[in-house]
Amino acid sequence: MKREKLIEILQSLSDVMSTSGDESLMRQALRPLLAGHVDEMRVDSLGNLITLKKGTGESQLRVLVTAHIDEVGMIIVDHTTDGALKVRAVGGIDDRLLPGLNVCVGKEQLPGVMGVKAIHHSTAPERLRAIPIKDLSVDIGAKDKKEAQHLAPLGTRVTFSTRAHPLGELLAGKAFDDRAGCTALIALLHGEPFPFDLHGVFTVQEEVGLRGARVAGYALEPDVAFVLEGTIADDLPKKEDVSLTSEIGKGPVLTVMDHSYISAPWLLRHTVKLAEELGIPYQFKQPGIGGTDAGAIHLTRGGVPSLTLAVPCRYIHGPISLLKPEDLEATIDLTAAALRNLTAEQLATN
Amino acid sequence: MKKNDDLLRQLSEATGPSGHEESLRHQLEELWRPLVTTLRSDAMGNLIAMQQGTGPEPRPAVMAAAHMDEIGLIVTQIEEGFLHIAPIGGTDRRVLLGLEVLVHGREDIPGLIGTRPPHVLSTEERKKTVPWEKLFVDVGLPAEKIAQLIRVGDPISIRQPLLALENKRFAGKALDNRASVVALTLALAELVQREHAWDFYAVATVQEEVGLKGAITSAYGVDPQLAVALDVTFAKQEDDSKTGVFALDKGPTIGLGPNFHPQLFQRIEAAAKELEIPYQLEPTPGASGTDAWGIQVAREGIPTSLLSIPVRYMHQPVETLAWQDVERTGRLLAALVAGLESTYRPGWENEGDGPSARSNQ
Repeated sequence: MKREKLIEILQSLSDVMSTSGDESLMRQALRPLLAGHVDEMRVDSLGNLITLKKGTGESQLRVLVTAHIDEVGMIIVDHTTDGALKVRAVGGIDDRLLPGLNVCVGKEQLPGVMGVKAIHHSTAPERLRAIPIKDLSVDIGAKDKKEAQHLAPLGTRVTFSTRAHPLGELLAGKAFDDRAGCTALIALLHGEPFPFDLHGVFTVQEEVGLRGARVAGYALEPDVAFVLEGTIADDLPKKEDVSLTSEIGKGPVLTVMDHSYISAPWLLRHTVKLAEELGIPYQFKQPGIGGTDAGAIHLTRGGVPSLTLAVPCRYIHGPISLLKPEDLEATIDLTAAALRNLTAEQLATN
Repeated sequence: MKKNDDLLRQLSEATGPSGHEESLRHQLEELWRPLVTTLRSDAMGNLIAMQQGTGPEPRPAVMAAAHMDEIGLIVTQIEEGFLHIAPIGGTDRRVLLGLEVLVHGREDIPGLIGTRPPHVLSTEERKKTVPWEKLFVDVGLPAEKIAQLIRVGDPISIRQPLLALENKRFAGKALDNRASVVALTLALAELVQREHAWDFYAVATVQEEVGLKGAITSAYGVDPQLAVALDVTFAKQEDDSKTGVFALDKGPTIGLGPNFHPQLFQRIEAAAKELEIPYQLEPTPGASGTDAWGIQVAREGIPTSLLSIPVRYMHQPVETLAWQDVERTGRLLAALVAGLESTYRPGWENEGDGPSARSNQ
């Protein structure tokens, strides 16, 4: 797929509101992008969008590739007498980035803001202490509780309001974790058929515990699984000798081990070998940080050899993340190569 | 003239950190030129407009001042392609994470303020707000390009669209004090069609956020007999509803205290009552923290008052106000100016030793 097309898809998906457990807008956005490129498409009971791209028939392997369609956000848990909305985080959000933000409330995307007590009225200790989310609120301009309840009922979701756009030589937008992976999976599904049937699954509820991947893995019973992600590039300058986790511009990030799983060593070797043969840049993610859908999939039924390939992204889980289009392209290229060269013999001998 | 909330949008989204108000001043010149008799800027960069009155010479002058500068950031160091920053004015570092910004380098360069993900933060770190030395601007460019475009000392403004909330409330950056600049513009638009005896000076002042600098020099230059500063004040909000904060959408506040001339206060209050414009009283024991504080002691002293528009989340990129309060402020100011009789000079009630006698109203 051409870079312009990839960027267009990524930007459009980045703007979609899709917090964990409420991913219908992402499913709606994906259907037209996939129509004509997959042979089957269905939605399971949790909301996973499950597709099948039939292979050439050369191989009987069952291969699963996933990317998650949910994002971190918030949910309305109460309304105050003055018409403010009280919220809690859905997924992992650093409370400290919420004050001062614009947000979108509900599927109608009502604009809202998250202000805090003015600096002039805050004491010195207050300025040093992070304000917990329970003490924050969203202001949509409602005059009282009744109006707030009417406009944004309990359970309404709140997301960052960022619109994706180019920034310098990079792309900026919200939820690149994991709209980057979704874009990569779409590109793979748009490509030539693989030797085997490819089950491409857009999973739900990754951010609240890898829930969608778990049931999709069970249902599809794959031999091998690849998980496509947008992962942490913590490459800001730091005083201490702290790892960068990954770096943007250095190619796809391969997981050796994170909080959720240890990747299948042979699958990792297979992928690294191809990257080196093809001259595709790659990097390893600093072990022990984060977790992905592979954590659920690799424990499915009798176990599934799994590997996560990720696009390095700065500032994930925040209102605006950054990635380099070249990294997205290289992630797609390396995943495609790893898939096309996968054989049943490798599986049998490892 | 533009639709009014378009004016608020244009001025909120315009950039003008203290000391760097030039492009904003040019926009204001365009807006004000059709409404005024004379237009000039002074050595500090204040924009000074005058609508000539109809009274006999020597005509007294009333000056209304609204500061046009906004708080912002400045580049202090460039490291590995990331910009270190410090505040211009009272920027609240707690609200910076994840914001989009505009770096005013050789050209305007968009960027953002980075947020490290929770995965790499310790529990301890997450309990404390991020100190200045750990806040960075990322412009998505390699270090070599940054070296060509950005230098230490370049100012940075927040990039934030004005949001229309429910009930004609608006949220955005720099509503402190562009809301007052809009109110001042509305007053100019009203007064261009109304007779007024006094000369009316509308001044968009610079560098208020770093110490009322523009007010001090412009009040000296204009040398008015009366002055009204327009600014914003603290509105009640969910986490701050104690004393010293004012209701949103219940009209501007009128200042009371040593910074404000009592007779001028009475005139403004009387005008509000006559026009049935809602207003609130804001007692202030000393420094008002506004241009009024600087203007009051210009030259031999100037009787000064203050109208303030209630704003929530002050000095944050989501300052929130009710549109009605902006309109009410403009109308009240226009009413005050139009009501000044050519013979009126402010003095002290019931005292014979005032600078001049009270007019016969």
